[in-house]
Amino acid sequence: MFKDKDRYLSVILIMPSILAVLIFIYAFIGWSVRVSLSKWKGLTPDYTFVGLKNYLSLFSDPRFHVDIRNTLIFTGVFVLGSIVLGFLLAVMLDQGLKGEGFFRSLFLFPMAISYIVTGVVWRWLMNPATGSRISGLNLLFSYLHLDFLINKWHTTPTWGMAAIALAAIWQMSGYTMALYLAGLRAIPHELREAAQIDGANEVQIYRHIILPLLAPVTLSALIILGHMSLKVFDLIVAVAGKQLPLDVPAIYMWQTTFDGLFYGRGAAIGILLLVSVAVLIIPYIVYTQKTEVQQ
Amino acid sequence: MKTFRLGKNWLYLPLIAMAIFYLIPMYVMLVTGFKSFAEVDLQTMWNLPKGIHFDNYIEAYQHLAPSLRNSFVMVIPSAIISSLLGSLNGFILAKWKFRGADVIFPFILFGMFIPYQSILIPLVQFMRSVGLTGLLGLAIAHIIYGIPITTLTFRNYYASLPQELLEAAKMDGADMLGIYRYILLPISIPSFVVVLIWQFTSAWNDFLFAVVLTGNQDWPITVALNNMAGSQIIQWNVQMAGSLLAALPTLLVYIFLGRYFLRGLLAGSLKG
Repeated sequence: MFKDKDRYLSVILIMPSILAVLIFIYAFIGWSVRVSLSKWKGLTPDYTFVGLKNYLSLFSDPRFHVDIRNTLIFTGVFVLGSIVLGFLLAVMLDQGLKGEGFFRSLFLFPMAISYIVTGVVWRWLMNPATGSRISGLNLLFSYLHLDFLINKWHTTPTWGMAAIALAAIWQMSGYTMALYLAGLRAIPHELREAAQIDGANEVQIYRHIILPLLAPVTLSALIILGHMSLKVFDLIVAVAGKQLPLDVPAIYMWQTTFDGLFYGRGAAIGILLLVSVAVLIIPYIVYTQKTEVQQ
Repeated sequence: MKTFRLGKNWLYLPLIAMAIFYLIPMYVMLVTGFKSFAEVDLQTMWNLPKGIHFDNYIEAYQHLAPSLRNSFVMVIPSAIISSLLGSLNGFILAKWKFRGADVIFPFILFGMFIPYQSILIPLVQFMRSVGLTGLLGLAIAHIIYGIPITTLTFRNYYASLPQELLEAAKMDGADMLGIYRYILLPISIPSFVVVLIWQFTSAWNDFLFAVVLTGNQDWPITVALNNMAGSQIIQWNVQMAGSLLAALPTLLVYIFLGRYFLRGLLAGSLKG
């Protein structure tokens, strides 16, 4: 086995990282919880304990209700859109067509760009002006005589979030495509051939063989995209600035903490976000670590 | 089978349609950037430029040059340091397990997914209290919050290497650091490329940490671009050109090292 000297050395070498994670993640989460249970509002910290007051006032806060609705709309459109689009793209690219590599790179490049850049560009593409000032995608629709598609994008009441989700789909669907493509490539060819010999047609093969085998990929995509949409912040700020109809918990947290100095409430929003992400992610981590051990 | 093969060419239709969808924002950025100020008009934004002009890029660059520099200064060292830490951690967690290593790893992983809103207030308070504001503080934040993903990528790679490789080196009398330095580091270059690209891209593209930890003297590019877009004075055409400048470094990395970029992406879903 290993020498004792090396054993100590390994612990010493990994210690700084473990301490950093311990402090910057776990201790800071604890610190946030403490702030969220305090009445701190103003420039100087005030840790006077107020119990769950900050959380309770959020639950009865109309703005927070709007945030939850917006997050649900965004999550639904974004996750569903990225998964369906990513899957279709992956299946099309898996057919052995010429130029596959070109299309794959093209569908994936938005991943390299920041949400801020995406947001600034889409903000001009989704310009809601009408009449003689029409521009952006609406202008393109009118050139193409697709006037029925002209809409007010992110300024649409209630469903404005879906327009933001469209920009997010543009950015992230290449990622789901890459996940599905890796999954498709891992399915042995013999399986498809055997099904073909048994008389299954292409659609049946996808429905009864490939889709079930891709279930773990779909699960990963659902969880990764789902947790991303809970955290969405930069993209909305860049498309729309900070305005109530497009408010989400991350923006509320931002404004109430750093503009309104209501640290207690800001921390409570942060912790609620953490809890909702943890509900998704912790079972996922446990599951992936378990399957790793089995392998 | 044969008829089916022939029929597959229709797939180019949806593929090309989707290619257009992905390229539309790039088209607008490029076309607008190359127009002269005189021909810039929201109502003709889809038209091709009449000739090549650099007015927009020059003006955007004048606004963004300091923050581009800030981004480079902050991103490059933090990508390098967090990759080195990740490699060392990955090596120890995969091949030099001490008691509890397998318990610690999931706790490190969780840090990859947390919404940073849940640590933002302590982070700002802490950094201010120890005087680590500005670019240095931002670089440290990127290094520390990068540890989970860099550790994950390297650990997965090192775990896939056969144990015999280490045993043989140990027979020859190499100690732990020797094995790391002379056996693992040389074959880790591809993983380093993956992780460096990943860290470079995510630190370059970060907005949240940047906006809380820096003031307008040391804004990185994302914050400067967002503020430029929010101002009423700077025209949309300059914003478009600025967007391209902000996207260019990561886009170039993607164009030349896309293969490694993809591997980092898949590692981030824990399936690397």
